[in-house]
Amino acid sequence: MKLNKILKNSLLVVLACLALTACATKKVSQPGQMQGDVYTGTDTVEYLASGVPDRVFFATNESVLTTASRETLRKQAAWLRKNSDITVVLEGHADERGTREYNLALGERRANAAKDYLMTYGISSDRISVLSYGKERPVDSGSNPLAWSKNRRAVTVKAN
Amino acid sequence: MGNMKKFFILSLLIFIIPLKSFSLIEVDITRGNLNPLPLAVSPLSIDDNSRKNFKRILDKENIGIAISLIVENNLKTTGLFNPLNKDAFLQAPDIANLKPRFEDWNLIKAQALITGKVDYVDEKLRVEFRLWDVLAAKEMMALAFTTVPNNWRRVGHIISDKVYERLTGEKGYFDTRIIYVAEEGPKTKRIKKLAIMDQDGANNKFLTLGNELVLTPRFNPTSQMVTYLSYFRNLPRVYLLDIETGMQEVVGDFPGMTFAPRFSPDGKKIIMSFAKDGNSDIYTMDLENRIVEKITNHPSIDTSPSYSPDGKFICFNSDRSGYQQIYVMNSDGSKVKRISFGNGIYGTPVWSPRGDLIAFTKLHKGKFYIGVMRTDGSGERLLTENFYQEAPSWSPNGRVLIFYRETKTDADGKGFSAKLWSIDLTGYNERKIKTPTDGSDPSWSSLLSN
Repeated sequence: MKLNKILKNSLLVVLACLALTACATKKVSQPGQMQGDVYTGTDTVEYLASGVPDRVFFATNESVLTTASRETLRKQAAWLRKNSDITVVLEGHADERGTREYNLALGERRANAAKDYLMTYGISSDRISVLSYGKERPVDSGSNPLAWSKNRRAVTVKAN
Repeated sequence: MGNMKKFFILSLLIFIIPLKSFSLIEVDITRGNLNPLPLAVSPLSIDDNSRKNFKRILDKENIGIAISLIVENNLKTTGLFNPLNKDAFLQAPDIANLKPRFEDWNLIKAQALITGKVDYVDEKLRVEFRLWDVLAAKEMMALAFTTVPNNWRRVGHIISDKVYERLTGEKGYFDTRIIYVAEEGPKTKRIKKLAIMDQDGANNKFLTLGNELVLTPRFNPTSQMVTYLSYFRNLPRVYLLDIETGMQEVVGDFPGMTFAPRFSPDGKKIIMSFAKDGNSDIYTMDLENRIVEKITNHPSIDTSPSYSPDGKFICFNSDRSGYQQIYVMNSDGSKVKRISFGNGIYGTPVWSPRGDLIAFTKLHKGKFYIGVMRTDGSGERLLTENFYQEAPSWSPNGRVLIFYRETKTDADGKGFSAKLWSIDLTGYNERKIKTPTDGSDPSWSSLLSN
């Protein structure tokens, strides 16, 4: 099983190297990590509680919640309802491919999209504050589409 | 500093007025200059006694040479002038200042010559300098002024401004400062501080400690105040900083993030964005009576506002059409009109101090451009293309733009840097500006000795 996996991986690497002469520098986005340009992986995700992911991801320039994002936020809402003493900060972020000031506004719009969804599931706005970082705090410092997709996010952070 | 500046202006006296109002030498700055004017900057002459005094006070071996090097460097960075190597100079500085032997300067192909003299007088620094037209064998300008010795670099900048103005017919931009954000540390955890330096990179000074994130500093018209965004206590708000006293205050009492601040051209108002419930609109606050006015009212993102120099109009970017585009409106928010219609998205519009152009950042097919267009959106001209660059700021004479550029990182996220760059309005003379740390969000001051 393990050997099989190693063989499979090394075969993939060999194939990739054959296909791409510059294989050392080219990091092709892993299948299953992105849908369109929305990040769907779990590399950067942390958990507020078991089974409650802390963040949702966005398409370029967008603040629309995807189906997966809404599912994550419903889990967060359920957790917040169970832990009624907890308050949170919704931190909104953008990728590096936009002007600084516009990205601050975009981060704020993304954080509010998530906040609004939590509110529709019964979480009081008193318990949620919003903080936009624009492009100032990326989680992935790469300059490639996968890194950018990880950075376009709204993260729910415990505030107390 | 305020007092010093007043003193400086008062003591700047013109003792000879040029005989002729036209010059034989003319430098055209409206086009890229591929043949910079060869000119000689003779070291300012200095007597032994003065030299020793300045050495004691300023720890400079020869202040006359030091000042002439500042002039030389300033003129060289414009790309319009080609200062000749001092080794080739045949005439001694003191004699040249009295009466140049024009045939000697002609021999080394200098078309213009700058000479001068520095003296230590009553604990002050007194400078006189002359600009000569070598081919016509005529004096074009002579000026003298007195200041405190510590101002010696500014003396070099003021001489440069006067020479530039005499030869190009436009005001210079050398006696100016740049405020910017100094950056350090990994990309995911950047530490940012406000920093200020002379236009040529000298006298760099940090104005904040880096405890909180700071962004987008901009000077007021007199260059004594700065407005910027600070994340103090994790509440991103627009602040005001008095550079002289270090006093800081938050601008207004907004229940949410305020950002993208700039001063109005009369310095009385701050214009900025206020974000609430996922919507950003543009507001102004009067700094005297604290009255806040809402200027735009639209469910899209409206930000990066900038006034026209007469204060009658505001340009800004908005995504009301779906993507970021540039709009112009009256200063009361009426008559909003989109002006950018090219391919791509447009942001960070900044009105030129001359009033005729708007500089912007453009993103098209994965590349970032700094460009200019007329205020009705016509005549778009892209000056420079790169992986990432944005946030142009105009030199006070409207001939040069300063902006910042970020590098692409590799697959491991390494190789990131942010640097300040400048480029002429002509699209020529692109230059990296040296800063002690990485830098971004530059803003150019007005002429300090105006």
